[in-house]
Amino acid sequence: MRQAARTPWLFLGPNLVIFGVFTFLPIVINLYYAFTGGVQLYPRDRPFVGFENLATLLDCGNYLDPSSCRKDIFWRAVWNTARFALFQVSLMVLFALTTALVLNRKIIGRGFWRGVFFYPVLLSPVVVALIWKWILQREGLLNGAMVAVGADPVLWLGEPGWAFTWVIFVSIWAHMGFYTLILLAGLQAIPADLYEAAQMDRASPWRTLRRVTLPLLLPNLLVVLVLAAIRAVQIFDEVFVLTGGGPGSATTFVVQFIYQTGFQEQVRLYGLAAAGSLLLALALIVLTLIQLRATRADKAGERAR
Amino acid sequence: MSALSFLTRTRGMRRMDWTDWLSYAYLTLGLFLMFGPVLWLVMSSFKTEGALTEFPPRLLPYGQKQVMVPGEDKPKPLYRVRLPDGSVRELPELRRIGLTATHVDPAQPDVPIRVDIKDREPVRELRFALENYTDLGGKLNFGLYLWNSVFITVVATILTLLFNSMAAFALSKYQFRGRSGVFLLILATLMVPPAIVLVPNFLVVSELGLLNSLWGVIWPAVATPTGVFLLRQYMLTIPDELLEAARMDHAGEWRIYWRIVLPLSAPALAVLAIFSTMWRWNDFLWPLIVLSKSEKFTLQLALNAFQGDLVTQWNYLLAMTVITLLPITLVFAFLQKYIAQGIASAGVK
Repeated sequence: MRQAARTPWLFLGPNLVIFGVFTFLPIVINLYYAFTGGVQLYPRDRPFVGFENLATLLDCGNYLDPSSCRKDIFWRAVWNTARFALFQVSLMVLFALTTALVLNRKIIGRGFWRGVFFYPVLLSPVVVALIWKWILQREGLLNGAMVAVGADPVLWLGEPGWAFTWVIFVSIWAHMGFYTLILLAGLQAIPADLYEAAQMDRASPWRTLRRVTLPLLLPNLLVVLVLAAIRAVQIFDEVFVLTGGGPGSATTFVVQFIYQTGFQEQVRLYGLAAAGSLLLALALIVLTLIQLRATRADKAGERAR
Repeated sequence: MSALSFLTRTRGMRRMDWTDWLSYAYLTLGLFLMFGPVLWLVMSSFKTEGALTEFPPRLLPYGQKQVMVPGEDKPKPLYRVRLPDGSVRELPELRRIGLTATHVDPAQPDVPIRVDIKDREPVRELRFALENYTDLGGKLNFGLYLWNSVFITVVATILTLLFNSMAAFALSKYQFRGRSGVFLLILATLMVPPAIVLVPNFLVVSELGLLNSLWGVIWPAVATPTGVFLLRQYMLTIPDELLEAARMDHAGEWRIYWRIVLPLSAPALAVLAIFSTMWRWNDFLWPLIVLSKSEKFTLQLALNAFQGDLVTQWNYLLAMTVITLLPITLVFAFLQKYIAQGIASAGVK
């Protein structure tokens, strides 16, 4: 029986229109913004400036030293983001892996414990930030505990080093459960007979972990690593509420730079913001390509099992 | 079997060894770290404004005890007062000027007792400041923010389910030119993070006249690649024979979708509904850009605005935060299984 050829398109219509208007069209307009200047929102009012926006962002005496750059705040944000991603991703994967390994043991009430670690994942970034702000504020619970043990209270969110540390901690707290779940699924897919064989050979638990578990989990670990990196590079919400990017620019990250340049400042430099997002997109494309390769390795790993 | 060996046995019926103890220690620490901060928030939200400024903070919400004094409209704070004759009594304070406070014995309201404030301390009792919650409605436009959040979440979720299932139906149950192309195109949007298209999306939404409108948050959100993917994978498992049989009976294509495929996809729709609810309820960056008028704020935006105020009224802010995390906590408590299943099958959050 032949269907009318346009039926499937009618069903696809609403979705495609929305994708077109709110995703594909904006990608094109974003390019246009990045190469035009001025403060006008409407594209026809914006003068073409070529690579000027990108050049402004990339104009740097020494890329490792943000103070030598024309847009020093952008490069501070870039290096903050890189530093954040490095620490946050590696610590997150480490804790997620540890937690998944513990949850994969024969423990009583596994569902409950899994839920414990997963719960913060569901909370909104604003709520996460407020929960921790309440604990870390000058007269908060943590400083109360500091005083109780005889130490001096610390301005946890007021000192650059501490603020950065807490931003990493809080984001790990909020997202770890998600990666734990993925790794746990990977662990449970490892066939039990491999462990039985290891036991027969009297392999120590440590050796079993290194020689059986980790190699077989490697594809999942790679996926988690890249996924976490893609997310880390886009960090914004919880940090924005927790520290507002401060003190100074200690916790200002790239997305916040885009938001500030395009929407928060008196003079809204949409072109500069768009150019910034173009550079961010570039970084994300690289990470996504790595992810695709990792996923392929994952699939290959599944076949090998 | 003794109680100890019952408690210490593991699922493999072995005795606990040190690695088991270590595991449980780790999990307990996790329980403390993951739930502790939330519990602290909830407990703090029941403290009075005065108790919140106390440092170091107390664990439980203590408030100053208040008693009625004859001849006064409002209850007065109660203090434990050391009187000149050395006796200690609990007396309510009428007023305080500088270092001297005037107290009174409720039994003899006409005899004021002057006390140096050094010689007294407040009488405290465990008291849950429910007014933090009950005041929200009137004082802070809380009802409005709640309504905005609920409206966006409910409408966006319904539209998401409808549009995504229609697209998934077309992609799983029809053979047509360009099918895999469209599917790939939809999947590709997964890789466009919202932060990248912030500026142009702002233009699009303002051109459509949707700035400061809840629809400006809803429309861009209702076509989700994740939803299409999730539903398509599920619909592929529905046998085509069912559809063919319905066509024999001259059922229209819409009817087939609405009466056959949709009801059969209920489990996948449920998973997507849970996800969509969480996404929309928790959304922050996009609403922050579209909704700048405070009467259009969602709960998340209102929380952000209040915490940024010069004088943060923490007692209300905390109560509002608790209410904001309540629906998510309920979803978590009852539907955790489905969420875990959704993440495992589609790798999405």
